[in-house]
Formats: sequence, structure tokens, C-alpha cells
Amino acid sequence: MNGDPTSATPALRFDRIGKIFPDGTEALTDVSFEVRAGELITVVGPSGCGKSTLLRIASGLDEPTSGSCHVDRQNVGYVFQDATLLPWRTVGRNIELFAELHDMSAQQRRDRTADAIDLVGLSGFENHYPRQLSGGMRMRASLARSLVMKPPVFLFDEPFGALDEITRERLNSETLRLFLHEGFAGLFITHSITEAVFLSTKVHVMSGRPGTIVGSYDIPFDYPRQEDLRFDSTFAELSGEISLALRGAHA
Amino acid sequence: MNSSEARTRLVDRGARFIPPLIVLAGFTGLWYLYALFGLDENGRKTALAYPHTVVSEFFGGGPEGEQPWQLLSALGLTFVVALAGLVIAMVLGVIFATLMSQADWIETSFYPYAVLLQTVPILALVPLIGLLFGFGFNARILVCVIISLFPIITNTLFGLKSAEGPQHDLFTLHQASRWTRLTKLQFPAALPAMFTGFQISSGLSVIGAIVGGFFFQRGPRDLGNRILLYSNRLRPAEMIAAVILSALLGVVFFQFFGWVGKRLTSSWYKQVR
Repeated sequence: MNGDPTSATPALRFDRIGKIFPDGTEALTDVSFEVRAGELITVVGPSGCGKSTLLRIASGLDEPTSGSCHVDRQNVGYVFQDATLLPWRTVGRNIELFAELHDMSAQQRRDRTADAIDLVGLSGFENHYPRQLSGGMRMRASLARSLVMKPPVFLFDEPFGALDEITRERLNSETLRLFLHEGFAGLFITHSITEAVFLSTKVHVMSGRPGTIVGSYDIPFDYPRQEDLRFDSTFAELSGEISLALRGAHA
Repeated sequence: MNSSEARTRLVDRGARFIPPLIVLAGFTGLWYLYALFGLDENGRKTALAYPHTVVSEFFGGGPEGEQPWQLLSALGLTFVVALAGLVIAMVLGVIFATLMSQADWIETSFYPYAVLLQTVPILALVPLIGLLFGFGFNARILVCVIISLFPIITNTLFGLKSAEGPQHDLFTLHQASRWTRLTKLQFPAALPAMFTGFQISSGLSVIGAIVGGFFFQRGPRDLGNRILLYSNRLRPAEMIAAVILSALLGVVFFQFFGWVGKRLTSSWYKQVR
């Protein structure tokens, strides 16, 4: 990316979002923040604090009860907690899916699919079925599927939560590589503080139900970030502060 | 794969057939014993034919037997009736299940009648069908359709609904039409369950063809028709031969749909066995 990495108008903006489910559960209250292109914002919070609901609202799968969400919903990348690959399609055909749903021309579809497969390092596995892949590889396929559409906004809903530590760290680095390559506006949900600090330009801490932002932390490290950043003293300090805020939010 | 491995596999495959063959031999032995020494409740010797008489009836026609082609042509007729009924039931069943999967009101309106199809005593219905539609092929095919429709509807419907929430979310996110969702998500997801339904119904359809033929004394002479004829003429050997043929036909149908279903889904679907 050249010059100022963040653009003037936010790609995604939450404006005083509140969400009450039909059964009366208040999931979110008064959530406001924005994400610009070239920003990777992470929301950390305890389980069940409404983090996922926030993403569903951003993508249009759910509507807020109050407040408004501004985003171009025509093209939002969304990576779910599970890889949600279609088991009857090969990896290649899974990655093509969205392009197919948007009636992209066959040529463009093939090119973009090949690029995305390359980008996530799944070359050679195009003809495998999802059940033949490891959890980490399935997640890569899921990432590639969204990358095909080159979405300006990318939502990640705890995508690496079910993976082992080593795979998770590797995929964190991969995600950053994609982020720098594509320059999208990223919103990442996690309950891992290390993951949040390692990935983000900014971390928002969300309280327990009803979820609201109780603290925000700018992460000052430059990209590209190296694996051993996790052992940096500033990194540890920031993680400690966020951890403290989280505990407060949990109480 | 080298030749010794290939031989081991062949032996393994052969070994699978040995236990059922032993059971068959034991069963045949008991049959002979009963045919030789068995007595009915009045102390008279049973009318049970020997296994070899049944086989000779089937192949060559015994002393009072009919020509073998008569049994085989009866089998051919039953095959055609059962297959036609099954294919119609497959088309109707999938259409109905698809409609039901698209709107709750369609499901709630029609499902009770689908259950009714299953619970109505087919034996009582057959004479009525004969009265209304005659005793020809069409009436017999109708019996097959009625008896095989329900498992296809329920299994297909179950399959169409088996696509998970997050998978549906993918299609919602990309503004997929109802048709796209149906063809790219629900139908592929339904395939394994659909074929389970076809498989169950394939056996039922053969039974339907036999029952239809059995009750329609007039009209084409299929296997069911023959079974009644032999029963009236007190010819147990031919009767048993006809029953065995109809059972084998059911097995062939069942295996065929199992095989097709497996061919279509085994690459991605792990069968629970």
C-alpha cells in the first residue's frame, strides 16, 4: 500500500447499534465504531457477549433493533467459525462458489479461483474433498472462497478458535499477509488476546451481555509483523492491559 | 497392487459369502427334514415341496409343472409394473417433498395425507382400485405408486432440510435465489437421504406389484397373479418358486439403488454402517 493506508470514509460503520432478540435477550447495546480500508479492527470479549451478532448485523444476516450499520452489503467477505464448506464439492469448486452465485464469467472465475488457491497455499488440493483436509486447510479454503470476490470489507468470526495453537499462529500470519496484499477493511472477532494484539491495528474490548465497547487500544506495531513479536515486552504490556479490561468487562 | 495382494483381496471377498452360504445350507437341511417328516395338525404329512422340486419347477417344469418361460414371463411383467410404479413414485415424491421444503403451509397441508398413504391398508384398497381403474397395468402400477410414495417423500424432505444454518447463511449473504439455493445447496445435501428413500421404496414397489397382481385375478398374468393361481390349484412347489423369484427381484431393486446412491455420494458422504 502507498501513502496513507487508511481512507477518509469508513468502509464499515456501526452507529449506536442495539440488538434485543425476540425472546427478550439483550445482546448488544450502544455499540459504535468504524473500520476503514487498511484497518484491521479486533473485538475481544467473553463468550456470549454478542460479538457474533455484531458481525451478523454488519453482513445483513441480522438487523439491529436500534441504531444503524453503514456498509456496502453487496460484497462483504464473511469467514465463519466453521469452515462451512459444502461437503459434496471439491476444494476448487467450493472456492468458486461465490463467483458462481454472482454469475461471474467462467474465465474470470477460473482465474480468480486459481489466484485465491495460490494465495492461501492450497495448490495441489483443488480436487480433494473437504473431509480429506485437516481443520487448518479447511479454514484456508474458507478464506480463499471469500477472497475470490475481492471484498472491500472482511468479517472474521473467531475463524481459528477451534484450531490448535501452532496452526492458529500460522494462520494468523497468513491472515496478515492477505490483509497487506488485499488492503481490505477487516473486522475480526476473537476471545484470544494474543491473537487480537498480533493481528490488529486497533482492539476493542466488549463487555458481557449486553455487549458494549468498554475500552479501545491502538496497536502501534508496524506491518509486516514477525512471529516473535508475541514475545516483545510492549506486546506483553498491551496484552496485560487488555486482559485487565476484559476481566473488568466480565464482572 | 501386486498379485499376492490382489489374491488376498479376492479371498477376503470370497470369505464374505461363506457364512451366509452355511446358513443357507442349514436352512435347506431343515426344509428337507420338515418336508420328509413334518406333519400337519391332523397328523398328516405336510404338503411342503422339496427344495429340489422347487428348483426343477423353476428350471424345467416338473411332472405337472408349467413351462419355465411362464414363470419368467410373469417375472418380467412384475418387473415392468414395479419399475414403472417406482419411477412414477420417485418423480412425484421428489416433487412433493421439494414443494413441502419450500413453504411450511404446503408441508402442513399435505403431510397428513402422505402419512395416510402409508397407513391405509393397501390390501383393502386394492379391490377398490380394481373397481375404479380396472385390472390392467395402470391399476397395478397405481398400487406400486401408493405403496412406495411415502418413504420417498419423507426421506427427501428430511434431506432437503438437512443443509445447516451456516451453509444457508452463505447463500443468503450472496443474495442467492430460491432456485439457486435449491439446486446448489438443498438438492446435493439431500442426495444421500433421497437414495435411502428410493432404496426402501424399491423393495416396497415389488411388494406392491405382487399384491396388485395377487388381487387382480383378471388381467395380465404377473407373479402375484401366478401365486394366487398356484395357491388355488394346490401347487406348493410352483408357489414357492414364484415367491422366491419375487423376493429376489426385490433384492435386485434394493441393491441397484444402493449402488447408484453410493456411486453418486461416496466421494464425499461417509455412510453410517
